[in-house]
Amino acid sequence: MDEMAWRPLVITLETALTATFITFFAGIGAAYGVMRLRHGRGVADAILTLPMVLPPTVVGFFLLLAFGKRSAIGKFLLQFDVSLVFTWKATVIAAVVVSLPLMYRTARGAFEQLDQNILYAARTLGISEWRIFWRVLLPNARQGILAGLVLSFTRALGEFGATIMFAGNIPGVTQTMSTAIYAAVQANDYDLAFQWAIGLVIFSLVFVVAMNAWLSRRGGR
Amino acid sequence: MELDVSIRKSLRDYELNVDFVIRDEVFALLGASGCGKSMTLKCIAGIERPDAGRILLNGRTLFDSAAGINLPPQQRRVGYLFQNYALFPNMTVAENILFGAVGNEAAKKAKMQDSLERFDLKGLEKAYPSELSGGQQQRVAFARVLSSAAELLLLDEPFSALDSFLKWQMELELMDLLHSYDDAAVLVSHDRNEVYRLASRIAVMNRGRFEAMSGRQELFHQPQTLAATLLTGCKNVSRARCEGERALWAEEWELPLMAAGNVPQGLKYVGLRAHFLAYRPGPGANTFLMEVVRVIEDTFSYLVMVRRAGTRGKPIRWEVDKDFWQSVQGAVQGQGIYLYFPPEQLILLER
Repeated sequence: MDEMAWRPLVITLETALTATFITFFAGIGAAYGVMRLRHGRGVADAILTLPMVLPPTVVGFFLLLAFGKRSAIGKFLLQFDVSLVFTWKATVIAAVVVSLPLMYRTARGAFEQLDQNILYAARTLGISEWRIFWRVLLPNARQGILAGLVLSFTRALGEFGATIMFAGNIPGVTQTMSTAIYAAVQANDYDLAFQWAIGLVIFSLVFVVAMNAWLSRRGGR
Repeated sequence: MELDVSIRKSLRDYELNVDFVIRDEVFALLGASGCGKSMTLKCIAGIERPDAGRILLNGRTLFDSAAGINLPPQQRRVGYLFQNYALFPNMTVAENILFGAVGNEAAKKAKMQDSLERFDLKGLEKAYPSELSGGQQQRVAFARVLSSAAELLLLDEPFSALDSFLKWQMELELMDLLHSYDDAAVLVSHDRNEVYRLASRIAVMNRGRFEAMSGRQELFHQPQTLAATLLTGCKNVSRARCEGERALWAEEWELPLMAAGNVPQGLKYVGLRAHFLAYRPGPGANTFLMEVVRVIEDTFSYLVMVRRAGTRGKPIRWEVDKDFWQSVQGAVQGQGIYLYFPPEQLILLER
């Protein structure tokens, strides 16, 4: 296989890794922020969860509208010569938007499952919120956060609908494994489609199995 | 230490409304679960926010709704001992103790060594909370709060999760701890015995309010309200009404009783602790023929349920020594027993 043939794999991995990196921090930050909200928690939660329940094509369509050349954001970005639609950055944005709810929800669940008394205890001991976050909240919510990390990574890995709407299916630029499968089937190349499909199955399986093994090994504490 | 609390907060079923000042003493809030006693502690610690009022500790304002002051828990210097200890599961014993410690590194280390020794935790420095017994976890919680900057200790049902033998040991340790804190503590409990042993002053709480606040002897000897009477462990209470200067009628027991002092006009209830009832061989003043309804064997005594012979009165609980009951039991079967209601032990309640 020539170098071009491997591009969907490389693009998929680059996209998923970059998106997961962003999702990891944004998801934890959103979970922490929403948990500490005094008002409007329900609304914030609904907005952050929406991309998970909407069809990905709808998400992609709205991203297209939001960042397109005719939108306010699109016009603003054009002033700096930045165009996102049908670029690699767009694959990352699409993957972030669809995988963020998974990270957010699992992190928030992990935070809320913690015995709140240990947070209160830390506060009455005089420990700053910042230190509580890093030394008490995160370490004790570790399992849930790792589960969220793997879930959002595998979600980003297989993202199709929003990607094809917003980033297109440009070989060598925005064509990921999922969109490559679609393109191959369109072109009646079932062998190629099968290769990528198997590749995705193996990838996802490896990550989930690795996560389970890691969690059960560390599960004692 | 001086703590001045005057707060109001509306809760789901009632309004919390408490006012008290304590100075160098162990003060206890005694009440059934859900009476607002833990909420009071949480407001003092800054975990919950009262709707109105103020809280002062050693002259510092911790909370003042009028002045818009609400210090975060971090700045209050109020130590809180949680019912479930709330140790940090991801930290070792040593890390737990050091986490909230104040002072420079050397001082922290020295303090920790003291604590480890004092609370019998030597050799457990590297253990995690999940590897400790309940008693050990509580000792770590003591050590942790002691190494912090707390000027006041709040104890939320400190022994409810321990078995009775361990409970007694931990209680002794807590007494020492409280003394080393110059007795600056508020204790919350539903266990009257624990409260009696540990606290110098006791407030009885019911639906968010203090029903009574007094020294422990007065409270147990002459409680002022029905809730206080029941909470201090009085098992026998009957509705009652005044029948004269010294006379009263106990409605539910169907007994005409004489009191030692003047019976208040507005008398509503009369109470008598189960161990104050006394056996008499024959009739006499304030002595009635009682029939035995039921006999229950307890660990060290018999609980004999009696009612006035020939009535359908509410059974009265009589606690009697095992040997004594076995000696009179035979004579009692069938014809009943004369029991004396000591006038000076009757608890007369107007509310």
